[in-house]
Amino acid sequence: MRIGVVTFPGSCDDRDARTAVASMGGDPVPLWHGDGDLRGVDAVVLPGGFSYGDYLRCGAIARFSPVMGAVAGFARSGGPVLGICNGFQVLCEAGLLPGALLRNAGLRFVCREVEVTVESTTTAWTSACTAGGSLTIPVKHGEGRYVHDDPAALAAAGQVVFRYAPGHNPNGSLADIAGVRNPAGNVVGLMPHPEHAVDPLLGPTGGRTLFESVLTARV
Amino acid sequence: MSSVVEGLYRQLGLTDEEFERILGVLGREPSRAELAMYSLMWSEHCSYKSSKVHLRRLPSQGARVLQGPGENAGVVDLGDGVAAVFKIESHNHPSFVEPFQGAATGVGGIIRDILAMGARPAASLNSLRFGDPAEPLQRRLLEGVVAGIGHYGNCVGVATVGGEVSFDPCYAGNPLVNALTVGFMPAERLLTGRAEQPGDLAVLMGAKTGRDGIGGASVLASASFEEGDDAKRPNVQVGDPFQEKLLIEACLELGERRLLRGLQDLGAAGISCAVAEVAARAGMGMEVDLDAVPLREPSMEAWEVLVSESQERMLALVAPDRLDDVLEVCRRWGILANVLGEMTEPEGSGEPRGGAPVNREGSGEPQRGAPVNRGIVRVGFRGEVVAEVPAASLADDGPVYSRPLVRPDPPAAGALAEVPLDAEVAEAVLALAADPTCASKRWVWEQYDRFVGHGTVAGPGSDAAVLRVPGSGRAVALATDGNGRYTALDPAAGAALAVAEAARNVACTGAQPIAVTNCLNFASPERPEVMGSFAAAVDGMAAACQALGLPVTGGNVSFYNESSGRPIHPTPIVGVLGLLEDPGAAVPSAFPRPGLDVWLLGETRVELGGSAWQRLTTGQLKGRPPALDLAAEAALHRLLVTLATRRLLAAAHDLSDGGLALALVEATVATWVGATITLPPGVPPLAALVSESASRVLLAVPPASAEELATLAAEAGVPATRLGTTGGDRLVVPGLLDLPVSRLRATYEAALPRALGELA
Repeated sequence: MRIGVVTFPGSCDDRDARTAVASMGGDPVPLWHGDGDLRGVDAVVLPGGFSYGDYLRCGAIARFSPVMGAVAGFARSGGPVLGICNGFQVLCEAGLLPGALLRNAGLRFVCREVEVTVESTTTAWTSACTAGGSLTIPVKHGEGRYVHDDPAALAAAGQVVFRYAPGHNPNGSLADIAGVRNPAGNVVGLMPHPEHAVDPLLGPTGGRTLFESVLTARV
Repeated sequence: MSSVVEGLYRQLGLTDEEFERILGVLGREPSRAELAMYSLMWSEHCSYKSSKVHLRRLPSQGARVLQGPGENAGVVDLGDGVAAVFKIESHNHPSFVEPFQGAATGVGGIIRDILAMGARPAASLNSLRFGDPAEPLQRRLLEGVVAGIGHYGNCVGVATVGGEVSFDPCYAGNPLVNALTVGFMPAERLLTGRAEQPGDLAVLMGAKTGRDGIGGASVLASASFEEGDDAKRPNVQVGDPFQEKLLIEACLELGERRLLRGLQDLGAAGISCAVAEVAARAGMGMEVDLDAVPLREPSMEAWEVLVSESQERMLALVAPDRLDDVLEVCRRWGILANVLGEMTEPEGSGEPRGGAPVNREGSGEPQRGAPVNRGIVRVGFRGEVVAEVPAASLADDGPVYSRPLVRPDPPAAGALAEVPLDAEVAEAVLALAADPTCASKRWVWEQYDRFVGHGTVAGPGSDAAVLRVPGSGRAVALATDGNGRYTALDPAAGAALAVAEAARNVACTGAQPIAVTNCLNFASPERPEVMGSFAAAVDGMAAACQALGLPVTGGNVSFYNESSGRPIHPTPIVGVLGLLEDPGAAVPSAFPRPGLDVWLLGETRVELGGSAWQRLTTGQLKGRPPALDLAAEAALHRLLVTLATRRLLAAAHDLSDGGLALALVEATVATWVGATITLPPGVPPLAALVSESASRVLLAVPPASAEELATLAAEAGVPATRLGTTGGDRLVVPGLLDLPVSRLRATYEAALPRALGELA
């Protein structure tokens, strides 16, 4: 299965996302921000980093890049899209996911391993997860405080995919929300970094089931 | 002489004698631009004029050394065609004047040094020193420096994986910010900052050039601080990590596609330094067209363009037929690229220069002979030739000073630490755990991305960082160390102890220490007693490196670390790189599970001079630092590597600051695994816990391996004592100490946030 990983100028985790995809048995395909072509991939990952320097507002410039036009079309047609950290911010800015991500409540960049609870398994990226199960995955961000006008309605609609476990909310996110999906479930965004949690030598492996989900869905 | 020129050279930090020397080189009065170039290139920071004669005593040769001192960074062979590039550098003064940008650009600068060799920068460590963190100014400095390091490293995607932070009043007016970066590359792609032939083009890549950082190396880095130095803020550079990220990717693509002849970073002294070094190394000249430099401010004068230290710029050396490809790669990554100059044939007689060849860092012997060199750097700007100087006169032939020095007397054999040993043991352990220097630095390292790059096997909080090496089945371990209190008592011993401790930390992971980079932070070299302690520290370091088989592949000297006449402790920081054959065999530093035997390697004596316990209980600094037997230290490292290779070790933790007490705290709190132990015999119980005797390591070993451990230790001549077993949720020394691990952890983790006023 071919999984495209977008490189924006300023993407930092694009190489790691490709490595993770490959280590999970997928076929990683580099996608370039300036191309409006997704090269026939079966799924797309928008990786972490600081696209275009994030000097204006995280993800605000990246959403206008040529590749995002193609990603939006791909998402509308039901293609699986995963936004990690900065990729999550880009998807929110692009209107492909609800809500927004603001500066951390503690005002500092936070890098730590956190525990998240899987709230929804009816998505392209969590179908192999256990509902209510917990995963340990690192976060690393300065602007990851999730906000939404009506988090209860979002939860009622089944669009909350991950919540930080009690005591693990690193950024003041509303209702401990760590990741959300679009109504169809093909587009998912989260602040934790599943691509950094696939190799037991390097730490916890809570990210594996996200990649397993998308890889097994189409095989 | 025009009064303008006279006023200018003094303002730029040149002495009268140095100005005379410039007149001699040129045979005429220098132009304004030339004067600016010489003032920067002959500054202490760029020329190492006070340290050169001493640094030659450091060993720099070794079977694994692919590039020693003199290039942008040192390079060592890791086997299988893979090389590691690493170096440490200081950004102390900029970080005091403007903590966030000063620290950020320090990180950016060292990353470009690694990049210049053709390697992908993989990870950084930082060695930081401040005054008391409870003081508002120190808190502001610490917050700014940590945020700056995090901001830059996080945004460029280079993991920050370790280092150390300590606090002492001597750094209150002059904090230390030393940044180390390591990168990896296929050895065959090694680049140097050297053009190959006349006609090669020098392409300036990256950011526009502005007025920031003018005189950073001279006015800021090569002079002491006085009151009111806030006015030096404009001398600090401003960083743009996004630009650097693009520069990294573009340079790596150029290297991978073999489009480059060479690569040079622009750091201190900006274009002047890059151009002079490139030309001097190649024994050529360069025709420089300053009009090709994209400027942020069109009103900039030639001398400003030449010495600006605007960040995120590199100089690529390119064969003319590759130029279009190079420009295309830069365009794709969205960075500016312009042809700044062209290499030219040497001019004049072609006679060899007189005198011994020297290299920029001087940490040891030069790597190659002096070029037969009359290469002329000729700089044109707006239709005029604004500078025309021999490249070597800027880069290599600056003044070299054998400054007067007064060597410190080593402390007398009978010098006493004068530390009371009447405290209650549990109180002592808790007091050490609550001391910000000894305590957890989680507050610091949680602000750094330690994950990016898919290689961090062991990160902050570990004895040494362990990084998987891309393109190889191996890993490297890296640690930095340097105890200024030891060096203040005895510079030679302190420097040797720094080498020993950093190497021991690396060996604790199971890695074989293979090379050293150093950052020598000292006060003004114009004081004979400072030069004396510098010379002694170099000797101590050289002896330790020699005994442990560690070549020094590069580094940095930072002088003038004093503020209003108050010098810092002499603080040589040592970074050691080790090689680990199997990343999966990396030994952790905390007790991983119950039921293991706890052992202590090495001998415990009552040694409290310069110790953390002395500082906490008396506030004094006296006596002698711990004795160091280099042969015993080397034997210990060999034993650790052997034990790790045979998979006998479940944990290994170096004993240093805070002695056995702090090692036990750290080994238990990280994993919530307690231990019950007896104390090493022969010394009073409290001394056994707080003494800082060198060459000791705490081990956790499966009981079934104990016999083999004892045998191997005996063969190696390393004392080994079984202390007890891991398990339970308390740290217990029967009859002396019984503390819940939860309490130790709370104390250890809360200390720094509490000092910073973030906890009640």
